[in-house]
Amino acid sequence: MSWTLVISLAISAYALKLLGAVIVGQRAMPPVVQRCLLLIPAALLAGLITKDTFTTGQELGIDARAAGLAVAVVATWRRAPFALVVIGGVGTTAVIRLFV
Amino acid sequence: MHHFRASDARRFISASLVIGVAFVVFGLSFGVLAISAGASIAQTCAMSLLVFTGASQMSAVSVIASGGSVASAFGGAVLLAGRNAVYGLAMAPVLRGGSLGSRLLGAQWVIDETTALVSAETNPATRRTAFWVSGAILYASWNIGTLIGALIGSSIDPSDFGLDAAFPVMFTAMLAPHLKTTAGKRAALFGGIVAVALAPFMPIGLPILVSAIGMLFGLSPRSEQELSATDGAP
Repeated sequence: MSWTLVISLAISAYALKLLGAVIVGQRAMPPVVQRCLLLIPAALLAGLITKDTFTTGQELGIDARAAGLAVAVVATWRRAPFALVVIGGVGTTAVIRLFV
Repeated sequence: MHHFRASDARRFISASLVIGVAFVVFGLSFGVLAISAGASIAQTCAMSLLVFTGASQMSAVSVIASGGSVASAFGGAVLLAGRNAVYGLAMAPVLRGGSLGSRLLGAQWVIDETTALVSAETNPATRRTAFWVSGAILYASWNIGTLIGALIGSSIDPSDFGLDAAFPVMFTAMLAPHLKTTAGKRAALFGGIVAVALAPFMPIGLPILVSAIGMLFGLSPRSEQELSATDGAP
């Protein structure tokens, strides 16, 4: 991790918040742009999930992380508290690694 | 005439505290994972204090932890932060009228959860108070959680605990509120497939940037993606 990343991300993230909250106000952003910006998390978070579950570097594979993800998906779907989702998912992976 | 009612205050304060508890857990996880990805305690805490948008922070750490470049970690995190500009549009009326200093501080607290909490209120005076109270509670929770996590992460070897699995687990909790619309579900399906399908053929971190193309499902006029009010999960 580098300070370059920390600082550049801090400036960019704050600039985006300022842009909407203080600078442009309600008028200047077309609805289609708003819709697309609001859809980025769905696409990108799903991509992060599959990357962090099914890849190691550039290699694809299925391992104990997939079981942890399955538990997290079910727990989230059943509206379990956030802490339970994390503990259930991480715990499942850890236990499988212990025994397999 | 806008009266501020105690029952309103109880509602948004208790909602903020519930999310605040989740934020401590979330911040703690972020802290541990950032340290395991090679960040120092100072860098980890600086991120939460200055960036203060969880999905972007986790995304950057995830890409670095996988061995991706600083540029791709930065790109994915900034793409994710783009939605805060849209939330800001909705929050601008709440900040308007305050001093420049208060608006500059308030902008930093415009995130999914404060937007959702404020959007749930109808009375303008209540909205203003709800924003500042929830912002303060969540900012404090997030940074306290991060500090605890960074300290824990520095005293254990995270790889011993299977904590790499915490990434997809946390992202799952974060994704859920974005799947309420058809466009959201399509974008997620697209992004999830693209990120693994391209992984063998691209430098680490780049498939994540490509997965953001799923946002183009928003081009369809039928995608009635309103300001997605998130509930609970950070």
